[in-house]
Amino acid sequence: MQTNLLQNMRQTIIDHHSLILPALRDIIIIALLGFVLAFILGTLIALVTTNPNQNIFSTIAKKFFAGYVLLIRGLPLTVQLLLWFFVIFPLVIGLRLPAFTVAIIVFTIDGSAYISETIRGAVQSVDKGQFEAGRAAGLTNFQTMRKIILPQAYRNSVPQFGNELIGMTKATSVLSFITITDITLAANLIIARTFEPITPYLLLGITYLVIVYFLTLIIKFFEKVVFVRGRKYNSRKRFV
Amino acid sequence: MGENIIRAKGLSKHFGDALVLDNVNLEVKKGERIAIIGASGSGKSTLLRCLNMLEKPTEGEIIFQNERLDQGDINKKRQKIGFVFQNFNLFANMNVIKNITLATLMQNKSLNKEVVNRKAMELLTKLGLEDKAYAWPDDLSGGQKQRVAIVRALMSDPEIMLFDEPTSALDPELVKEVLDVILELAQTGMTMVIVTHEMKFAKNLADRVVFVDKGKIAEEAHPNELFGNPKCERLKEFLSKVLD
Ligand SMILES: Nc1ncnc2c1ncn2[C@@H]1O[C@H](COP(=O)(O)OP(=O)(O)OP(=O)(O)O)[C@@H](O)[C@H]1O
Ligand SMILES: [Mg+2]
Repeated sequence: MQTNLLQNMRQTIIDHHSLILPALRDIIIIALLGFVLAFILGTLIALVTTNPNQNIFSTIAKKFFAGYVLLIRGLPLTVQLLLWFFVIFPLVIGLRLPAFTVAIIVFTIDGSAYISETIRGAVQSVDKGQFEAGRAAGLTNFQTMRKIILPQAYRNSVPQFGNELIGMTKATSVLSFITITDITLAANLIIARTFEPITPYLLLGITYLVIVYFLTLIIKFFEKVVFVRGRKYNSRKRFV
Repeated sequence: MGENIIRAKGLSKHFGDALVLDNVNLEVKKGERIAIIGASGSGKSTLLRCLNMLEKPTEGEIIFQNERLDQGDINKKRQKIGFVFQNFNLFANMNVIKNITLATLMQNKSLNKEVVNRKAMELLTKLGLEDKAYAWPDDLSGGQKQRVAIVRALMSDPEIMLFDEPTSALDPELVKEVLDVILELAQTGMTMVIVTHEMKFAKNLADRVVFVDKGKIAEEAHPNELFGNPKCERLKEFLSKVLD
């Protein structure tokens, strides 16, 4: 039975690789590119929402992004995909974009709302003295953020970034709503051809598990190496 | 005495409804060493922090070398005002040498990194910290951290150094190593304002002591005069509590 199942899976991959591999490629690109862009946009939003400046421009921008976060986090990702792909782009803006592009845009927008809040929280929990020391040394607000505050905030947020990346990856299973052949749709298509659900669905689950496993390795690498450059700063704080 | 380095004119500071500084005037001349003393919560730190505008005054102005501190490029002027915090505030995400050179390198992109590093090493060596250049802040003692913080402030050749209770967060046996560094700095003619609870140190170091009470400068005089012959009641009361 066990070898039988493995053989079936192997056979399924061989028979349907022209369906599975492009689907796999697409969801990985959408998740990774979506995450990277969401990270960049989330950082920019957090720079605005944590800016100590209290002038009118800054105040309005903060209100705007508070509304943005509320709106985006209030809508399920699937609903956002449907709205952008079937309503906003074609009917409101009058732009026919490929579903693949729309998916990356929506993942970026959705992810940026969560990531900006993660970064905002992390920035606010960096000791105020760090910020004051930067400003007292004559660094600008932006230089202080870039060189002192954000590196500490990023490092403390790696676990949450990991959650977001994994969440985005798993959210690719709803991409067929906007006509993208993701691996979930691929599994369904295979079942429609073979009338056998066990192997494709098991294969589908295993595929997601393996992807998430590799992402976890990448996240660990960032946590242990990239943000510490092999050093152990804050090590005492973390282990007491 | 010489020219004014920093001058606070009609300085007031509110935190919400609380009036923490009340129309304070203070002049610091080149080469002067001023000690600020006063009870906890009297507004000493707020006064010091207003001098480099870490705290924005509600009223009044800060004149730095004949120009308003908040006019023009405040960051350029702040490079010439060294500030040392009670809690050191070394940048936690970088080692000692990067802590020291960061601001200089950020502000003068044309400077050669080697040259800046050499200057940092020279200063570290002067303060006996040359073997800590590549250590991380977490791995230093409190006294070492504060000496690194002093080096960091000295890197931009400041006109004046502001110290906010530089030894209050230190274990008693580490206080002396930091006070000695400050005394040495004073002997080089550095202009400085230091908020301190160490009365003996204030007496040895300062050529003017400023007593702050409830957000006002209640008395200021040469230490011999101020400690030997205090005039206002609040100061007498304060000294009777802290001296003996
Ligand atoms: N950011 C702030 N927000 C609100 N109140 C503040 C703030 N900073 C200081 N205060 C208040 O202002 C008053 C003066 O504070 P300050 O820190 O200047 O006193 P201090 O003389 O330095 O005291 P200490 O000797 O304890 O350091 C205190 O009552 C304090 O609670
Ligand atoms: Mg204080």
